[in-house]
Amino acid sequence: MIETHDLSKTFGDFLAVNGVTIHVKAGEVLALLGPNGAGKTTTIRMLTAILHPTRGWAKVAGYDVLLQPDKVRARVGVLTEQHGLYGRMPADEYLDFYGELYNLEPAFRRKRIAGLLEQFGLGGAAHKRIAEFSKGMRQKLALARTLLHEPPVLLLDEPTSAMDPESARLVRDAIHQLRSEERSIIVCTHNLSEAEELADQIAIIRRGEIIALGTAQTLKQQLLGPPEFELRLGKALNGHLPTLPASVEITARGDTWLRYRTSRPEKDNPALLWQLLSHKMPVFSLQETGGTLEEVYLRAVNAPEEAPHAG
Amino acid sequence: MLADLQQELRPALTITRREIRDQFRDWRIIAPIIVLTIFFPGLMNFTARQAVNFVAKYGANIVGDRLIPFLLMVVGFFPISISLVIALESFVGEKERRSIEPLLSTPLKDWQLYLGKLLASMAPPLVASYLGTFVYLIGVYFQVGWQPPPTLLAQILTLVVVQTVVMVSGAVVVSTQTTSARAANLLASFIIIPMALLIQAESVVMFWAQYSALWWIILGQLLLAAVLIRMGIAYFNREELLGRELDVIDVRAAGRTFWRYFRGEAHSFGDWYLHEVPRALRRLRLPTLLMVGILGAALLIGAGQASRFPIPPDKLQREDLQQGTIEGVPIFPIATPGGVVAIWWHNLRTLSLATLGGIFSFGVLGVLVVMLPMLIIGYFLATVGTAGYSPLLFFSIFVLPHGIFEIPAMILAGAAILQLGATLLTPSTGRSLGEAWLSALADWAVVMLAVVMPLLLAAAVMEVYVTPRAVLWFFAL
Repeated sequence: MIETHDLSKTFGDFLAVNGVTIHVKAGEVLALLGPNGAGKTTTIRMLTAILHPTRGWAKVAGYDVLLQPDKVRARVGVLTEQHGLYGRMPADEYLDFYGELYNLEPAFRRKRIAGLLEQFGLGGAAHKRIAEFSKGMRQKLALARTLLHEPPVLLLDEPTSAMDPESARLVRDAIHQLRSEERSIIVCTHNLSEAEELADQIAIIRRGEIIALGTAQTLKQQLLGPPEFELRLGKALNGHLPTLPASVEITARGDTWLRYRTSRPEKDNPALLWQLLSHKMPVFSLQETGGTLEEVYLRAVNAPEEAPHAG
Repeated sequence: MLADLQQELRPALTITRREIRDQFRDWRIIAPIIVLTIFFPGLMNFTARQAVNFVAKYGANIVGDRLIPFLLMVVGFFPISISLVIALESFVGEKERRSIEPLLSTPLKDWQLYLGKLLASMAPPLVASYLGTFVYLIGVYFQVGWQPPPTLLAQILTLVVVQTVVMVSGAVVVSTQTTSARAANLLASFIIIPMALLIQAESVVMFWAQYSALWWIILGQLLLAAVLIRMGIAYFNREELLGRELDVIDVRAAGRTFWRYFRGEAHSFGDWYLHEVPRALRRLRLPTLLMVGILGAALLIGAGQASRFPIPPDKLQREDLQQGTIEGVPIFPIATPGGVVAIWWHNLRTLSLATLGGIFSFGVLGVLVVMLPMLIIGYFLATVGTAGYSPLLFFSIFVLPHGIFEIPAMILAGAAILQLGATLLTPSTGRSLGEAWLSALADWAVVMLAVVMPLLLAAAVMEVYVTPRAVLWFFAL
């Protein structure tokens, strides 16, 4: 549903996006992470057929952004970083205006607007001027605008920024729901736990170039090595370690705890637990430690560059 | 067909409707419009009545007769001046508040957005202007019994529309090159100052009562509006609107861009001369052809003027022109290196002024300057023809020796100036306006340095050492 190859954009002699290649299938969410000015917004603008790629190509909802921009724009819902709302307009009038631009039938438009305002808890504020809305309400209204024409592709720039935890949960639930409706979604966010929760794939972009791409698990393995686990026991080991599989490497230990790394936790963890339990050793807890997406992100963006990127 | 057109126009009108509704929610726009629609015409009625009564006491009724139509024009113009403010707010304000990006993400076509905003910026001020005019006419009819001649009324009403289009389309061009209302307001002086000068010229016309001149002013502004709309459509596009994030002038970056285009792919001076100069000339192929046509037309126009402004044939007899006349002619020292430098410098200075004029007039003034010598040559060719001499002989002796270098130089310089000016009107895919203009400037510099200046030097040498001898030879015949 979203496919790019070597997508690049230069402004004068500044290389803003360099060789981005991604593939987001229907029902998949890709989180695009990166520092400010890394090229996320430019990438989104190219996928919306607002900016022309300087090199490479992109297909969105089956249409080429360069050759069929109108068709692309009709099938994409974009939540921009700045909401761009009209303060003097009431919320329902604002959505109606966009509904007209998307050529939605009046009856469908009215029903859809009412439904979306209700879904995002803005039903009571439908006739209120947008200038009177809180930041979170504006964000939700902008999201409602994005979903108005039921686009198969969604490009969401910071969808939960400025929202209270309850509203953020509402929006995340909406994204889960949209994914289950087989839509392709790209989410640009600085909220890493949100990215980990929502995304099937994570792409880290730095100076216009994707430097890491994969599932959260894959990226952790690639950048941080095998995951680390901590085992806490009900009584002291007294120097008696169970026989450990060869793939397990102990990183630290105490009387009643043990930390280890393994590249095959799905096999080694059950085997280790079985051994401990068979020696009547009570197990309090077994959990993964460290290896957060934040560590992955920092490792990736702070890694030395292989070659200069600026053109 | 009509249904298709309606379908195409529908999104533009949706934009217009929203913008107008939004304007009516803003008291800062509504208040001046109301004042200029209702109170200002009333004030002008009062002024007209007082002035008419006052001048009548001294028998200067003509002043009153001229003042009433003049005030009609003023009443029509004041409300439309608001259109400039609305247009700047509509285009740049939207960019500044970032509300343009969601709009650009919809299937709207660039021209639909442009047209929608253009209409929204024009409609309320125009309605206010017409209402104000109506209020003024009613008042002036009941107070002094004056009714406008239908032609004058049509002229004023048309003038108001055309001036609105010029201001709004100018504001769009300004808006595409700025990202903040502050910067746009600064640049708006490029619209306000010429418009103020134009209003002064119109005032003179109104007091002079040469109302037919208003049609020429209308025509001129229509042409200008067409040029500005062309420019607006060329640069009011998604890439240009969102690709530009800063208003800061980066002289170093501009210098680098210019140098990149100037140098091209050359690695040495020889390489540049052999490859980049021909490339620049090839890029100027179309404007060069155009210049050949324009200079040919100038020659014919000049020849056409010979019958309108004839020199008496007896003043052109060779015997009368000999000796004293010829000796008095030289402006530049003849047959000296100083003369070469003087002529070369004069031509370079003329071309520099033509370039400057061309930059600020989309190439028009530059081309006019280059046309002047051809107009004069055409005039003299026709004049000597009527005096019984061979125009071909005259051309071969008086023009050809140095013209063989100077005319191609003028054609190429004119082409480079034309391209430089026309770049502002032409969309350049994948390049910003600034980059396209710098590339045209680089082409101009390449052609001037590598071709025009050497040709003009050669022409100056010929003009100082060869042409005078040929002329003297001609008179000695």
